[in-house]
Amino acid sequence: MQEGRPLSPTEINRDLLRSILDTPRWFWPVVGILATIVLAAAITIGIMINSGLGITGLNRPVVWGFFITNFVFWIGISHAGVMLSAILRLAKAEWRRPATRAAEVLTIFSLITALSMPIIHTGRPWRAIYWFFPYDFARGIWPNVRTPLVWDPSAIFTYLTSSTLFVLIALIPDFAVLRDHTTGLTHRIYSLLAMGWEGNPRQWKMQILSGVLLSALILPVFVSVHSIVSWDFGMAVAAKTWHSSIFAPYFVVGAVHSGVSAVVFVLIILRYIYGWQAYIRHEHVDALGRLLIVVATGWFYFFVMEVIFGIYGREADEIAVRELQFFIWPISGWTLVFVITTYFIPVALWLTKAARRNLWIMSLACISVNIGMWLERYIIIVPGLMNRGVFTFTWNDYVPRFPEMIIIAATFAFVSMLLLLFSRVFPLVPLYDIKEGEFLRTEVKIGRRVVPATFRED
Amino acid sequence: MAKRPILGLFNDANAAADAGDGLKSAGVSEKDYDFLTDAPYPEGAFGEREEKHRLYIYPFVGAVLGLTSALLLTTMSQMAYPLVTGGKPIISLPPMAVISYEGTMLGAILFTVLGIIFESRLPNLKKGLYDTRITEGYIGVLVNAEETQHDRVADVLNQAGAVDVKRQS
Repeated sequence: MQEGRPLSPTEINRDLLRSILDTPRWFWPVVGILATIVLAAAITIGIMINSGLGITGLNRPVVWGFFITNFVFWIGISHAGVMLSAILRLAKAEWRRPATRAAEVLTIFSLITALSMPIIHTGRPWRAIYWFFPYDFARGIWPNVRTPLVWDPSAIFTYLTSSTLFVLIALIPDFAVLRDHTTGLTHRIYSLLAMGWEGNPRQWKMQILSGVLLSALILPVFVSVHSIVSWDFGMAVAAKTWHSSIFAPYFVVGAVHSGVSAVVFVLIILRYIYGWQAYIRHEHVDALGRLLIVVATGWFYFFVMEVIFGIYGREADEIAVRELQFFIWPISGWTLVFVITTYFIPVALWLTKAARRNLWIMSLACISVNIGMWLERYIIIVPGLMNRGVFTFTWNDYVPRFPEMIIIAATFAFVSMLLLLFSRVFPLVPLYDIKEGEFLRTEVKIGRRVVPATFRED
Repeated sequence: MAKRPILGLFNDANAAADAGDGLKSAGVSEKDYDFLTDAPYPEGAFGEREEKHRLYIYPFVGAVLGLTSALLLTTMSQMAYPLVTGGKPIISLPPMAVISYEGTMLGAILFTVLGIIFESRLPNLKKGLYDTRITEGYIGVLVNAEETQHDRVADVLNQAGAVDVKRQS
């Protein structure tokens, strides 16, 4: 980290613990508004359970709609954590430091949200457990391990457990800082969480090794999760047009694209609301913007390949779905919006340094990506089921209704609320990582120039 | 005589490293002193002893246990509900691979986390000598020495530039 002024450990503690030790005035009203939206969704879910899924726009043949779209979307967002934290940690990228924890925490909360979506979608959530929990609840029926719908919870459970432990392990040294800065009951809670951490060389060595080792172990899980989510479609017999071998890498890259964009947006918001200008700097957003150009272009390549391979065989089902996606209103309109917002607008902006260093432009570009990526999942799921097949009596449209809309809106409120509550009790920027970055700020003289000791390309 | 802790606080890493050298020269064993910091300094920055650990064993043990559990789970689930699909064998290996993979990774990660906690010697329930200034950037040099040696250790710490020397009351 070469931009910005050097920071002392005291300053770092004061600034990064501000969100915990001094609650801003806006905090509880904002949490209250978000909680109200979540409560409204909870009531809607209750009504939906009581009345049945008939109050949603779901029908035959469109049995998967907004809920499953939103499930895939949040799984995608959850990929930001490992992408930023693990890959950049293993690559020893200096600029990862302020972004890692926010990314990892976003992973956890988006995974919880994602997991709730198919459970809500079942209409009878309490029965969902029979399908994937390996226990003979009744009548000798065990989960069918041959279906991706059972692989999926196993992958998500592994990813959620791993990500949560990853965050908790990295939080131990920061719990010790909080232990030393609090009194009374709060002090006792943080003392318990810090587990007697002293900060001796052995503990730090384990902490550093844990970052590397857990990153290396979580990376394959990260790839598997969205691959398996894509197999919910790719290996399903229901919709012929979903059978695509490119789905797994296409979904993984798409997830990274939307996830990293979401992290950039969250970082910008955190910088603004907690005044972390000295920590989340323009250079970090700039670096993430450059990374996103590569990810977005990789994603676009897979998108084009998926369409080309789909239509090349000229199979009737495939052609029918592509017609729906590209030529039949209103889905064709959504497809156009999706391609423009996911790739053309943001990448055009990210190509210029001025735009990458303008936080407003970066925020809008990242929101644009996520609008597009949400639509991408909708465009894959719904037209695949609306497929105009041979028999016209199987044709049906999908129009989402109010219950779906309020529940979808509430998922965004839910994740935002959890992030805010997390920032109230735990540091969202890792203190020790920032302090370590300060040691590496040292400059060395090479010939006639004094250059940063930490290599950074520009 | 039982050893008791004595803590020297430094506001400079070089001074803390000098204190380590001084302690070594004074005949204090490397095992009897430690450096407490608020951030991970590069290994060997204070001339401290090399820490031995067995962390790399944990993921392997966890992976083997995770794989075994997943294989048992998937095999037994299929045998408990023998549904013939498309004339294929009851125990179908390809789908088992996915859950086995997840089980292996879950086992490896769980054991790694346990390993990190155990190898970090946490939870450390013994309330030792500590100073909250350490998380403000001060470097603590914690020495375990016999009480008769405390004055000599304190001299070494003060000579190296300690801003404060604390003894357990």
